[in-house]
Amino acid sequence: MADNTPVLEVRDLSVQFRTNDGPVYAVNHVDFTLGRGQTLGIVGESGSGKSQTMLAMMGLLARNGAATGQVLHHGRNLLGLPAAELNAVRGDRIAMIFQDPMTSLNPYLSVERQMTEVLELHRGLGRREARARAIRALDAVKIPDAKRRIDFYPHEFSGGMRQRVMIAMALLCEPEVLIADEPTTALDATVQAQITQLLRELQRDHGTAIVMITHDLGVVAGLCDDVMVMYGGRVMEHAPADDIFHRPTHPYTRGLLAALPRLDAGAGALVSIPGNPPNMNALPPGCPFSARCRFVEDRCVATMPLLQHLAPTSPTLRACHRSVAELDAMEAAGV
Amino acid sequence: MSEPLLSVRDLKVHFKVRDRKAWPWAPAATLKAVDGVSFDLRPGETLGIVGESGCGKSTLARAILNLIPATGGEVVWNGKTLRPDDPAAWLAARRDIQIIFQDPLASLNPRMTVARIIGEPLRVHRPELSDAQVHEKVVAVMAEVGLTPQQINRYPHEFSGGQCQRIGIARALILEPKLIICDEPVSALDVSIRAQIVNLLQELQRRKGLALIFIAHDLAVVKHISDRVLVLYLGKPMEIAESDALYARPGHPYTEALLSAIPVPDPRVERNKVLQLLSGDMPSPIDPPSGCVFRTRCPKAIADCALDKPVLRPLDARTQAACLLAAERTA
Repeated sequence: MADNTPVLEVRDLSVQFRTNDGPVYAVNHVDFTLGRGQTLGIVGESGSGKSQTMLAMMGLLARNGAATGQVLHHGRNLLGLPAAELNAVRGDRIAMIFQDPMTSLNPYLSVERQMTEVLELHRGLGRREARARAIRALDAVKIPDAKRRIDFYPHEFSGGMRQRVMIAMALLCEPEVLIADEPTTALDATVQAQITQLLRELQRDHGTAIVMITHDLGVVAGLCDDVMVMYGGRVMEHAPADDIFHRPTHPYTRGLLAALPRLDAGAGALVSIPGNPPNMNALPPGCPFSARCRFVEDRCVATMPLLQHLAPTSPTLRACHRSVAELDAMEAAGV
Repeated sequence: MSEPLLSVRDLKVHFKVRDRKAWPWAPAATLKAVDGVSFDLRPGETLGIVGESGCGKSTLARAILNLIPATGGEVVWNGKTLRPDDPAAWLAARRDIQIIFQDPLASLNPRMTVARIIGEPLRVHRPELSDAQVHEKVVAVMAEVGLTPQQINRYPHEFSGGQCQRIGIARALILEPKLIICDEPVSALDVSIRAQIVNLLQELQRRKGLALIFIAHDLAVVKHISDRVLVLYLGKPMEIAESDALYARPGHPYTEALLSAIPVPDPRVERNKVLQLLSGDMPSPIDPPSGCVFRTRCPKAIADCALDKPVLRPLDARTQAACLLAAERTA
């Protein structure tokens, strides 16, 4: 299990974008700690700020974006580091895989060139040695016939295989942290199960810490120790995985869980969350979820609830004006 | 049992494809995108069609509407065979069969207002209607799918994904069809919006007695909406069964694998789940395996699977599967 020195500590991270329609506050006051070998799931819908949080950590924000706060990697703040110093960390100690493996691989270069480049740059290996390491990495993610396939171009692989190539590439330098931004969203359920299984094995074998970003609560269930639920650029709930699924304390988390079609439930109408995803240009001054929340009251619209511990000793953090007892009572009364 | 609304008989869609690297005089290879699919659909019924990408689900949907011409088999609508060379019959049938697509934004013309998009089917199929009548119908159908009349002059880019899908549904509904083919209508949507659209489709179906063909790669969504489910693999039917029977007792190893791949939103179940993972990727449809097309990835395959091409056969009153090893069941 994780020892107590965090690999990554994010403190009060906020991201804002300058746009023609005024500033957009995409991420607000995000805090989390990631220990060695831990897995954190970040769950949210489009526009919740989950991807921007990760891009900000890696210094990959669009030009009109600015990040404030601290991203501490072994105590060193990554925000504001010059690109040269940042490049020594990202791709080496912290690696990232993206949602669409086709657009994040270079179509003009063979997989071999793209993979050896990483090792030449970060490890100073020669081409031949780098190639041997790359083949071993492809073997590790179970690409059959890696010796031959390493000379293929990205378009010659299927979607699932391309995602494996991405994972192999991210793991080349044996990073301490792997950030996976919706790695299975574009894939079939059977391939998604294969990739999730693969991530689980890699974590077990190498002790890599993983940040898994997804909009599908089902994917994080088997993989993550902790889950952070985001909405409208804010953290709504942050708790151990078992608590998120069995004792959700936030109306949005409860709504998300109820909206999932489940195989183990009977037929019948799904519980949906009414309304549309938030417009980030025009968020209410209070809780961003208030416009769609069935437990809404006046103070929800007026002031943003603080992210607080459920109880002094509880690991669960939640941002809601209503207490859990209130929510339970209202739910029982059929609100 | 009522007469089927739609009968699809041994439908085939084969494409000729040329290999870039082959000699120019080499014969073109045949890609069997859909290969011998048959089913009946009764009025008001929902048929779910599932399978991985590349299994031919969308090609099948388009072939039913003759948007892609079928190379074999026939489509019978209301007891009348629709022949590929009879455009008038197809035009008439398409009044009753509408389709909604996966990518809500890409399937709406960005240069048309919502009013024109939703009203366009009327201009094609009901040219006798005046502009005022069209407008009235558009407003009425927008209310039905949960859009407000104030949004009528907006353009598609002003809407979110879920709202765009509502526009697509309104366009499909305006002709008052008897069947709507939904080609992955919720795959591109967020979880909370997905539930809204599934519920909307179910409610419209109840109110109007619509039949639905609901295509998805997500078995969990299909379970909620379907009466029967057809499982496709490499263009061939693997299993067709009543929905609850399919989920309780899958008749085909491929269905079992698809079911086991769905993540359960419960950490205790998921951490201890023994995955029945399929090995490798789907083989190329240009060069499918001999015998059963699924045998290269099937955990139960035996030597005989390479020899015989299994066809759908009933296992019991509610399930038909195309597998050599599936045993007949007694009730």
